[in-house]
Amino acid sequence: MHPIIKLVAQRLALGLLLLLGASALIFGLTEALPGDAAQAVLGQSATPEALANLREEMGLNRPALTRYFEWLGGILQGDLGQSLTNKLDIAESIGNRLGNTLFLACAAAVVSVPLAIFLGLLAVRFRNRWPDKLISAITLTSVSIPEFLIGYVVIYFVSVKLGWFSSLAMVNDSMSFGQKLYAIALPAFVLTLVVLAQMMRMTRAAILNLMQSAYIETAELKGLSTFQVIARHAFPNAISPIVNVVMLNLAYLVVGVVVVEVVFVYPGMGQYLVDSVTKRDVPVVLACGVVFAAVYIGLNMVADIVSILANPRLRHPK
Amino acid sequence: MNEQLTHMTKEVTAGKLTRREFMGKAAALGVSAAMASTMFADAARAAGPKKGGDLKFGLFGGEATNSLDPATYASSVPQTNGKQFGDLLVDVAGDGSVETVLAESFEGSADAKVWTFKIRKGVEFHNGKTLTSEDVLKTMQRHSDENSKSGALGIMKGIESMKADGDNFQITLASPNADLPYLMADYHLIIQPDGGLDNPAAGIGTGPYKMEVDEPGVRHMYTKFDNYWNDDAHFDSVEVVAINDATARTAALQSGQVHVINRIDPKVAGLLGRAPNLTVHSTPGRGHYVFIMHVDTAPFDNNELRLALKYAINREEMVEKILRGYGSIGNDMPINAAYPLFDESIPQREFSIEKAAEHYKKSGHDGSPIIMRTADGAFPGAVDAAALFQQTAAQAGIPLEIKREPNDGYWSEVWNAQPFCASYWGGRPVQDQMYSTAYLSTADWNDTRFKVQAFDDLLFDARAELDNAKRKEIYSQMGMMLRDTGGLICPMFNDFVEGVSNQLDGWEVNANQEMMNGLISRKMWFV
Repeated sequence: MHPIIKLVAQRLALGLLLLLGASALIFGLTEALPGDAAQAVLGQSATPEALANLREEMGLNRPALTRYFEWLGGILQGDLGQSLTNKLDIAESIGNRLGNTLFLACAAAVVSVPLAIFLGLLAVRFRNRWPDKLISAITLTSVSIPEFLIGYVVIYFVSVKLGWFSSLAMVNDSMSFGQKLYAIALPAFVLTLVVLAQMMRMTRAAILNLMQSAYIETAELKGLSTFQVIARHAFPNAISPIVNVVMLNLAYLVVGVVVVEVVFVYPGMGQYLVDSVTKRDVPVVLACGVVFAAVYIGLNMVADIVSILANPRLRHPK
Repeated sequence: MNEQLTHMTKEVTAGKLTRREFMGKAAALGVSAAMASTMFADAARAAGPKKGGDLKFGLFGGEATNSLDPATYASSVPQTNGKQFGDLLVDVAGDGSVETVLAESFEGSADAKVWTFKIRKGVEFHNGKTLTSEDVLKTMQRHSDENSKSGALGIMKGIESMKADGDNFQITLASPNADLPYLMADYHLIIQPDGGLDNPAAGIGTGPYKMEVDEPGVRHMYTKFDNYWNDDAHFDSVEVVAINDATARTAALQSGQVHVINRIDPKVAGLLGRAPNLTVHSTPGRGHYVFIMHVDTAPFDNNELRLALKYAINREEMVEKILRGYGSIGNDMPINAAYPLFDESIPQREFSIEKAAEHYKKSGHDGSPIIMRTADGAFPGAVDAAALFQQTAAQAGIPLEIKREPNDGYWSEVWNAQPFCASYWGGRPVQDQMYSTAYLSTADWNDTRFKVQAFDDLLFDARAELDNAKRKEIYSQMGMMLRDTGGLICPMFNDFVEGVSNQLDGWEVNANQEMMNGLISRKMWFV
C-alpha cells in the first residue's frame, strides 16, 4: 500500500476512536452537571408530579449507561435521535445549524486565509519598515479586542448610524445566495479580524526563519526580486507551520464563534449547543459535541497530511 | 400656519398623508420634529386602527430547546408564540379585571365552588375544526391529570372535577375560590383542538395568527388567519425573533429591524428613550426581586434575626442603583399596589441601622457569618444587590457573607434548596394566586418554608369570601403577617421596560405579563 494511503487510513481509525472517547467524556460531563432536562424545562414552575411525569416521558429514570449505549447504538445506525426538550429531530436541526455555521466559517475563511498569508508575505518583504509595523499593529490590535466589542462597535456605526447592513444576520432557506452573503457580511468581517493576526504572524515568523538560510542567499544572488524569493523559494518550505495554524483557525471558525453568533443573532451551532447544555438536553449536546470533535480531528488530520506532502523528507521516509 | 397644520392633521386622519410627508411639511412650517411627531401620532390615533403590515418582535428569552407545546412555556419567546396562535378561555385586562376570550361569559355559584364557562360559538381552529366545550375540557385535563407534565399543574390542584356539557364547560372545586377565573387566564392554558392530545407542539389554536415557521431559538413566523373569530389583530404577519443579547436587541430596535423589544437593561433605558424613532415604556408590574430565608432552618428560624435583616436592607438605594429607578420599593410581602384589593395603609418598612442592630442583638446570634447565595441569573443585578445588602448589614454589625453561585443550575440547586438566597418572582394576577403559589403550608414552591396554620386559614377564608371589602381586610392581615414574621425580604418590584417603534400605535398599560400582557399583535397597529 502507498505510505500516504496507509497513513490516512491509520489517522481515520484513530480519529474514530478519539470520537468515541470524546462522546463518552461529553456524556459523563453532562451527566455530572447538576439537575436534568425535566428540571431545566419546568424551571421555577416545577411540581414534583410534573417532574416525575416529564422524567418518565424523557426516559430519564433509566440508568445513565443504558441511555449512553442506546444513543451509541442509534448513532451507529445513523440515527441522532430526538431532542429531549422539544422532540424535534436532531439530525434535521443540526443539518440547518451546521450548514449556517459552515457558511459563515467559509465566508470568513475565504477572506481571511489569503489575506493573512498575503499580509504575512508583505510584512516579510518590508520587514521592520513601516508596512510591516502597520500590518502588525492593526492585526494585533484587532485580535486583542474582545470579539463582542468589535461586534458592537461595527453594529453601532455600520448598522445603527449608517444603516448599510442589518445587525441581525438572520439567514433562512428562502434567501438567495447573494442575500445570504449580504446578511452575514458583518459577522464574517468581525471573524476575519479575529483570526487574521495569528495566521499572519505565523506566516511572517515561519518565512523570516527561512530567510536566514543559505539557499535564500543563493536565490538573492541569482538576481531574483525580493518578493519572488519569498513567494517562490521561502514560502513552499514554510507551508507546514502555516497550514497548521490555518487549520487551527478554521476549526475555531467552526466551533468557537458562539459569541459572534449571539451578538449578530446568527442561527449557528454554537448557540444551539449552549442552549442545549443549559437545558441538559443530553442527546443534542452529544450530537453537537461529536460534530465539533469531528471538525477538529478532521482539520488536524488535513494539516498533518498537507505537512507531510509538502515536505519531501517526510513524503519519502527511509 | 395653524390653519395649514389643522388641514394636514385632518388629511392624516383621513389616511391621505403618510408620516414621512407630514413630518416634511411640518418641518417646512417650522414645527419641531418632536412636536410634529406627537401631532402626527394624535392625528393617526383619531383615524383608528389600520390594517396591514408585518410586525417583528426581537425578544429576550428564546432558546433552541423551546417547544410550541403550551405546557412547557417558561420564557418570553414561547409565551409570545402562544399569544399569536392561541387563545385562552379568559385573559386579564389592563385594569386587572377578567376579560372573556374563548368563553363568551362565565359565572360562579353562590358559594364560589362551581364555575361555568359558556364557550363561544363559531370559533375555528387553524386546522379547520370548530371549537367545542370538549376541546376545552380535554385541554384542561391535559394540564391537570395525573400524567400532566405541565407548568400549570400547580395552579390546577384545587379542581375536583370538570365536565363539558353542550356549550358549557364546568369546573367544580374542592373548596370555594372566588378568583378561579384568574387561574384560567394562566398562559399555559391555551385551548388546543382535542386538548392538544394528538400533537401538543403542533402550534394549532384559535388565535389570530397561523404558525408558518417554527425554528426554536431563531425565529417564528405567523400569518393572519383568515377565519379568525374576532376583529382585533391588525397585522398581515407577525415574526418573533429570539435576540438574547441586550445590546443586539437595542441595536435592532434602533435601526428599525424589529418593532418591539423586551427587557431593556435599565442602565441604557434612559439613553435609548432619547432616540427619535422609538418609545421606551416602563410598566409597573407585580414581579419582585427578593432575598429568601427558610424560616425552619437555623439561624433563620429566629424571627429577631429575620427582622434584623429586613431592617438592614436599603430599599431606596436598591431601586436607584439596581433598577435605575425603573421599579418601586417592596415591603417584605409579595404584594404591591398593582394587585386588586391591596391595602395601601400597611406601613412601609424603613431602612434603619439602629433597629437592625437592636433586633440583631436580641436574636443572640453568635456572630458567625450568615451565608447568602446569589447569582446573576437570580435576577438582573443580583450580585450587586447582594453586595449593597452586605454593606448596609455590616453597618448594623450583621456579618453577611456572599457566596456567588453559577447561573447554570441555580433554579434546581440553590433556589428552594439553600436556606438563604437571592431569587425572583414574576407576579400573579391576584393576591390569592401569589399566596397559594408560595406561602401556603402545602405549596410546592414555598421557598421560605413559611408554614403557619393561621395564615392558611385566612387564605381559605378569603377565597370563600365574596364581599370585596372583607377580602381586602383579610389580605391586609395576611400581608402584615408575612411582613413581620415571614422569611421574605422584598426590597423591590421591577417594572417591565420595553421598547416600541413609533411606527406602532395603540399601546395600552397591562401589567399582567410583559409587553401589554402579550397582546401587542392584537391591540396595536401601524400608523
